[in-house]
This record gives sequence, structure tokens and C-alpha cells, in this order.
Amino acid sequence: MTAPPLIDVVDLERTFDVRRRVDGSRRRVRESVRAVHDLTFSVGAGEMIGYIGPNGAGKSTTIKMLTGILEPTGGHLRVAGLEPQRNRVELARRIGVVFGQRTTLWWDLPLQDSFDLLQKMYRIPTDRYRANLDRFVELLDLGDQLDTPVRQLSLGQRMRGDITAALLHDPEILYLDEPTIGLDVVSKGRLREFLRALNAERGTTLVLTTHDLQDIEALCDRVIVIDHGTAVFDGPLAGLHAQGGSTRTLVVDLVDEADPISVPGATVRRVEGPRQWLSFPADASAAPIVGAIAAAYDLADLSIQEPDIEDVIRQLYQSGDRA
Amino acid sequence: MLYVAVATRAFRRYSTYRAATLAGIFTNSVFGIIYSFAYIALWRANPSAGGYDSSDAVTYVWLGQALLMTVALWGGGTTDDLAERVRTGDVAIDLYRPVGLVGWYLAADLGRAAYHFVTRGLAPTVIGVLLFHISLPDSPAAAAGFLLSIPLAVVVSFGLRFLVACTAFWLLDATGARTLSGALAIFFSGMALPLVLFPGWLGTLAESLPWAAMIQVPNDIWLGRHTGADLLGALAFQVMWAAVLLGCCRLVLALATRKVVVQGG
Repeated sequence: MTAPPLIDVVDLERTFDVRRRVDGSRRRVRESVRAVHDLTFSVGAGEMIGYIGPNGAGKSTTIKMLTGILEPTGGHLRVAGLEPQRNRVELARRIGVVFGQRTTLWWDLPLQDSFDLLQKMYRIPTDRYRANLDRFVELLDLGDQLDTPVRQLSLGQRMRGDITAALLHDPEILYLDEPTIGLDVVSKGRLREFLRALNAERGTTLVLTTHDLQDIEALCDRVIVIDHGTAVFDGPLAGLHAQGGSTRTLVVDLVDEADPISVPGATVRRVEGPRQWLSFPADASAAPIVGAIAAAYDLADLSIQEPDIEDVIRQLYQSGDRA
Repeated sequence: MLYVAVATRAFRRYSTYRAATLAGIFTNSVFGIIYSFAYIALWRANPSAGGYDSSDAVTYVWLGQALLMTVALWGGGTTDDLAERVRTGDVAIDLYRPVGLVGWYLAADLGRAAYHFVTRGLAPTVIGVLLFHISLPDSPAAAAGFLLSIPLAVVVSFGLRFLVACTAFWLLDATGARTLSGALAIFFSGMALPLVLFPGWLGTLAESLPWAAMIQVPNDIWLGRHTGADLLGALAFQVMWAAVLLGCCRLVLALATRKVVVQGG
């Protein structure tokens, strides 16, 4: 028997009534807009999910429903066995939320005071609170900032403070909304490393919405791509390449100029003197292609260009538009 | 206890604005002096207007100045923070927390009120005592009743201000509602003119509305116009409005989160 999924979403729907002015008239018509529809997915405990999509695709609407601050207009939704909207306060004890662009800390208070308030708010037993705080402060290198008012922290420090704040009560699920936005490369790297370790050590489930695809590549085993309110892809990152029809490029430098190379499984895109560009499906292995070329030609050099995941996702969005 | 911690921090937060506090005390004192002379002139023309004598009237002025900021009569306080957080969408963060928003913001507002009572309440009163004849409560019951009526006045005021802040869920910005509500508060609380001077049905109406619980009722308790069972009745009037308004706050908040989108992504 398998355990029920931690997040279970079936045919989730949220429509909004908007009033729109009819062009050239004072009449306003009521319209129903589907922000999210026919959305079905489930997340098991300990997964790291990338929830991505263009602006306005329905990402935030979904997260608001998952956390219980927005009521679905249709479908089935369970998080940790609870109905989020009805059990918002109870659910809040079991989840953590981090926003890249908002802070959950108290602006005027020293960091330590924010943490102390959270301890009381989440009723965290003192020994567990101390242990968690010590650990996160050490891992995230916040020791020198504890007495600094939040408004005086740098973005990176504030972000680390926010992550600590979201984790003090050992949440089962951590929602991260653009957690690395505005951070420098070093800070981004450290944050990703921390999140990976958190997942490995504590089994915390991560749901990450981001536009930074490096976050996804570094953290997520699985991505759900949402567009126009519904999932257009759900699977491992590698599968995204296949579905998006993405290709890798083999750049071959021959010793002598030659006609376009003919090998099974790859097609020549471009020839420039002794250099040729061949594309092949991203999920196929490069080895047989390289082997075939090496057997027939004298090679000076070769390199492989990985597909740009942004292009892949852009293609997915575009195919969604056409549908 | 969480709510005590919240209130303490709100107190501390407001105490960092020292210059604003001093400027406010000065303003309260100046208005207290102006109003005192106006009332003295008024009661010279009609020595028993509204059942007050001249000394009651001057006392009323200084009590009003002391309560003005304590109850945040025309808005301000933590409910302004809430309105702003609704406008920007930051209220989503408040909603992710395992505590009710009403209790949380009320605790913070009580902390703020405590600070404003100690500073903007007591300091101008000292000026008033030095410059004018202010009558003191003539019984321990009146003094105790007054001290009890202040937090109740704050809760009633908070309830109204919270509802005004919640209009931002629908109107996107609560500024207009806040201005309107402030004007109503100044008029119907007895701040502009004691409600006892309002004629006939208007007086009856004004004394039964929630705003009366903010200034008029505490002042009348101090002045000894409510004694015995009537004193309990006056406090019960405040408790009743506090309960009704806090109930409305919870209801409106539930409605807002169910029907309305929290702004921002």
C-alpha cells in the first residue's frame, strides 16, 4: 500500500468574475475568466518540484489555493490530508512559505525578535526552536545579523533570514516563490546548496516557482509547466527536452573541408569551412553519432552544446498557444 | 504568550519615533488650550449646557485630547499597516500564519495604544492640570471605571478601523473609506463637541452609536455621570460594541479571503 500523496490536486479550477467595459459604450459586461482549470497533479513527500510557467499562467493562483488563502471554484484539493481553505490555520503550522519579493520578517524588529515571535506563533518547543535556529544560523551564516533590524539587512541576508523564518517550525512542505531573485551568483549557489541539503536531511518537500531555470536545474527532479491555467507538462526535466522537441548540437571540426556529413540520427544544420553543426534529439546519446563520424572522417576537434532550457520552455508555451 | 509579545513589540516599535511623539504632545496641548478657552466661553453663555458645569467642560476637553491618539480616533495605528498590506498584497503573508488576523492586529494595536496613552495621553494632561482647573474622579469606582473603559474604547475603535482597512480588499485602497470614517468618528465620538449637547433624537442616536464608546463614555465615567448600575451599563455598552465589531471583523475577513483575490503574485 502506498501512502497518499502529500499534495493531491484533481481537476482544480478557479474562475474569477471580472467586469469589462464594452468598447465604445458605458455598458459593462460580466465575464468569467478561468485562471486555473483542469489542473491535476500530485506531489509525494520529499519531492522537489519546479512549478513554472510564464507570467499570468496561474502559478500564484495555484499556490494561493494550495496554501488556503484562495478558495477553488471547482475540483478536489488536499494538502497533507487537509482541505486548505477550510483548515488554513492548521495547515499553516505544517507549511513554510518564502517569497523572493516580500518578506515575512518584521521590518522594524531585529532578526532575532522576528524569530522569537515566530516561535510563539507556531508554538515551537524551546529545545527544538533553539536547535533549529542554531543550525540554520550556522548554515546560512546569519550569526552577525541577529541583532540587526530587518530593514538594514542586505537582500541576500534578508532572504536567508526569511528562509530561516520559514523553517523554524519544521514544515513538511516549503513553498518558494522566486527565492533567488535579485541575488548574486554566489548567494544563489549557496541557497540552492542549502535547499538541497534540507531536502536530503529532513525530507522537506519543496515546491519552487521561479523564472530562474538554473534554480530548477539545480534543485528539481520534476517540473510541472503551467500555461493558460493548466499543466502542459509534468515530468522529469529530461522529459521536458523530449516534449519540447529540443535538440543538442554537435560541433565537429574536421581536418579537411568536406561535404555535409551523413550519419544516422543527426542532421547537418550548418557548414562553415571544415566546421559543421549537427543537431540530434536532446534525449539521444551522442556516442554512436560521434563514433560514426570518427570512423568516416579525420576529426580535429568536437564539442556538444546543451539545449537551452529556456528555449525548450518557450517552445512548450508556444505550442500551448497554438492548441 | 504570543499576544503579549506582539503587544510589547508594537509598544517598542512606536516608542522609536520620539520626535513624532514630542511633536504630537505639543499639538495635543495647543488644541487642548484652544478648546478649553472656547468651551469656557460657551459655558459662560450657558453655565449648565448638557448638564456639565464649566469645570466639567474643560476636563472633558483634556480627557478628549488624552484619548484622541490612544484610541486612534481618526485612523492610524496598526490598522493603517493592515490597509497598506492589503493594498500591496503583503497581507498574503499574514494569512499564511497560524494565527487569526483580528487577534494579531488587535494585540498590536493595544500595544500601540498603551504607548500613546502613556505619552500622548498623560503628558498633555499634565499641561492641562497646570493651566486649567481639571476635576478629578470623585469616587474610586469612577477612577477604576475610567481605567477599564480605555482599553474597551480602544477595542471599539480598533473594530471600526479594522473594518475600514478591510474595504481595501474590495476597493483596492482604503484611503477614501478612512477619511469618511475619520470624519464620522470626530463628530459622533463627542470629540468635536460633547454628545450631551446634541439636541433631541440626534443626541439619542449619537449616544447609541459605537463612536460614543470611544470618547463620550470614558469621559462621562471620569466626570462621575455614570454611577452604580449605570456605570456597569456604560461599560456594558462598550463591551457590546466591542463584541459586535470584532465579530464583524472576523466575518468580513472570512468573506474577503473567500471572495476576493489577494493582490499581487
